[in-house]
Amino acid sequence: MSRIVVGPFNRVEGDLELKLDAEDDRVVAARVTTPLYRGFEQILIGRPIADALVIAPRICGICSVSQSLAAASASAAFSGTTPAPNGALTTALAHAAENLADHLSHFYLFFMPDFARADYAGRPWAGEIGARFTAMKGTAAAEFLPVRTRLLEIMGLVAGKWPHSLAFRAGGTTRALDLGGKARARAILADVRAALERTLFAAPLEAIAEIASAEDLDRIAARGDGDFAEFLRLADDLDLHRLGPGPGMVMSYGAYPGTAGSGPLFAAGLFDTTTGTRAPLVPGHIVEDPAHSWLAGEAGPPARAETQPDIDRADAYSWARAPRYDGHAVEVGAVARQLVDGHPAIRALVARDGATSVASRVVARLVEIARVLPAMETWIGRITPGDPFCTVATEPSDGSGVGLIEAARGGLGHWMTVRGGRITRYQIVAPTTWNFSPRDGGGNPGPLERALEGTTLAGRGARAAAIQHVVRSFDPCMVCTAH
Amino acid sequence: MSGETVKRFNVLWLQAGACGGCTMAFLDHGRRGVFAELDAFGIDLLWHPSLSEATGDEVVAILDGIAEGRIPLDALVVEGTVLTAPNGTGRFQMLAGTGASLLDWIRRLAARARHTVAVGSCAAFGGIPVASPDPGEGVGLQFEGIERGGALGAGHRGAGGLPVVAVAGCAPHPGWIVETLIALASGELGAGDLDPLGRPKFFADHLAHHGCSRNEFYEFKASAETASDRGCLMEHLGCKATQAVGDCNQRRWNGSGSCTDGGYACIACTSPEFERARGFLATPKIAGIPVGLPLDMPKAWFMALAALSKSATPKRVRLNALKDHVVVPPGRAKRWGAEGGEG
Repeated sequence: MSRIVVGPFNRVEGDLELKLDAEDDRVVAARVTTPLYRGFEQILIGRPIADALVIAPRICGICSVSQSLAAASASAAFSGTTPAPNGALTTALAHAAENLADHLSHFYLFFMPDFARADYAGRPWAGEIGARFTAMKGTAAAEFLPVRTRLLEIMGLVAGKWPHSLAFRAGGTTRALDLGGKARARAILADVRAALERTLFAAPLEAIAEIASAEDLDRIAARGDGDFAEFLRLADDLDLHRLGPGPGMVMSYGAYPGTAGSGPLFAAGLFDTTTGTRAPLVPGHIVEDPAHSWLAGEAGPPARAETQPDIDRADAYSWARAPRYDGHAVEVGAVARQLVDGHPAIRALVARDGATSVASRVVARLVEIARVLPAMETWIGRITPGDPFCTVATEPSDGSGVGLIEAARGGLGHWMTVRGGRITRYQIVAPTTWNFSPRDGGGNPGPLERALEGTTLAGRGARAAAIQHVVRSFDPCMVCTAH
Repeated sequence: MSGETVKRFNVLWLQAGACGGCTMAFLDHGRRGVFAELDAFGIDLLWHPSLSEATGDEVVAILDGIAEGRIPLDALVVEGTVLTAPNGTGRFQMLAGTGASLLDWIRRLAARARHTVAVGSCAAFGGIPVASPDPGEGVGLQFEGIERGGALGAGHRGAGGLPVVAVAGCAPHPGWIVETLIALASGELGAGDLDPLGRPKFFADHLAHHGCSRNEFYEFKASAETASDRGCLMEHLGCKATQAVGDCNQRRWNGSGSCTDGGYACIACTSPEFERARGFLATPKIAGIPVGLPLDMPKAWFMALAALSKSATPKRVRLNALKDHVVVPPGRAKRWGAEGGEG
């Protein structure tokens, strides 16, 4: 058996180290190290509640709106505040803009460039894919960046700026939109829709959102145009459907609350890919275990945890804790959201593949883009200028609150306890904390650690392209993972 | 730059104790996209952690090449706080696959770089991660808060003669980052173009207040009281724009925005030690008077003018200050003429 160390691991929003045990050119065990600790949970202690709106988003400049919303949502739960209806819509609009920018950045800037690597020089598609997706030089990135910039102009309208806006509050958002603002928001989305329908999907968004079976995906792959179809053909050629299988259980906290009646746009819950069954979400089943973390303490619910570094802890190899749901390592992200919500093509694809995979993670992200952008268009239509965008929260001096939201990469939770108007406990469990968790006290690996087991290295050791694909298929955000 | 032969200028970008937000802002620059804009000025990203193809041992080879002087480096860009914990070892952030801390790598690489650029207030001064209790014992590249020192030391100068160039902000405006790189690549950025903290004067010689869309509310001290009110954010809601540097309101952010336009306080994110505040979203006061007054403004005059302007506040301004939309529109004059106003 040989031990392979992989790192620095880039295009993962932060840094990552893998330690792989290999036998016969195949990974038999993987350990995932999150190598950065800044101590945000320690910094939040002792502060006024509202300071979490300044501090928490700065955990992550990639999903800063998500971090803001988890903090605002914890504060809303604590104070019993219901957001103004307009504010719920503008919040969702900004959050969706961030999430779509993240999904698209992942696809064009982080994930696809690996298919332009020299590993694939012998493939018939190498020339075409190389011209389109080579990191920083390909035509796709050049076309995508101005679209991303245009999409993020939603932030200028709704949230002042991005990243790190202070517009998101328990009661809504701080900037009202008037009729002109609504028209500008619509114009931004029209530009983004046109670009996506031209280059990513080569089809109306609705035609992608409404696919109903794995065979529909096969038909898109066969038909030809667009980067989505290109990816589907790569996935078939390289059998990305069998690569990086997920742990079986996936979870979603429910996305875009207050936009579909009183509920979220995408449902909350658990889904077991081995049995095809859904179960309701019980937040009390969430436990964090620091057995292999450079952090002190024992396994327990986040609401009762405290964070203290212990860099000499025996058997520790990551700054991340191991979150578990009812004892299970669960996968989160777009594929989890679409499975829990019951999107028929994603459910069918995962059933056909036998588990979540490199392919279905990417497909789910792109299908989600096609589902979310049309929803954003309807939210703008429902904004009523003149009605409030932000209700005033009256905060008690003692209590607790939990904010569970869906970031682009999956479920993000903030657990806050307050005494005398000051934060006394603050715990954050981020999406990639779930996906890239280290082993728990029972020795059970996290989802990525399990997904890497069995991966073939093709004689390339640490440089194996398959490793790159598996890791990046989760769209990791390492700066969130430990914080 | 058409017609000229562009001299190439290579940049190595590292993320220390960062959130990645500075890179996210950087990616937001340029009508044709930031890659095309950099290329037009001969700027090559030798390696960037979020964007480059090279990974693992390919990256280590680049870093070793620079550290050993085999690969010339025009600019080392660092994003994020440099963590020194525990006990100066830097083990709170190890560069994966190398067994060495970011602290060590930054020191080795900066010694070879022609210029070193701190992108964001974390790399410049420490930033949010050094807020109490400063768990990572973080420092900026050449400052610890307002004190000179930091990871590279007060005396550090690049081969190009400059101290660390500090593109402050959390996150900085995309233009501040890219325009600084363009100015360096074109050889136009001199020591005289930096303020005493190393911030390029082209943005740091302005106040965030300049150009604020709430200026009429400021003039009349018609103040917002709750989040989403249109009034001035200084008196009650924590705004420090009259004390913080940046041409924030002379540019637009994400197409049309800015912090104050977005309805929330400037928290002085371009300033060293901005993270020391407690209660960012409420204005600290003594006897009802804000503690922080506009820079360069004599306190007595400010008090006198504030009292006078409050007493002269038009009803329109007073009422609109407390709403999220205009409830009293500007009066309409009958006809343009000697008295002004529209017809």
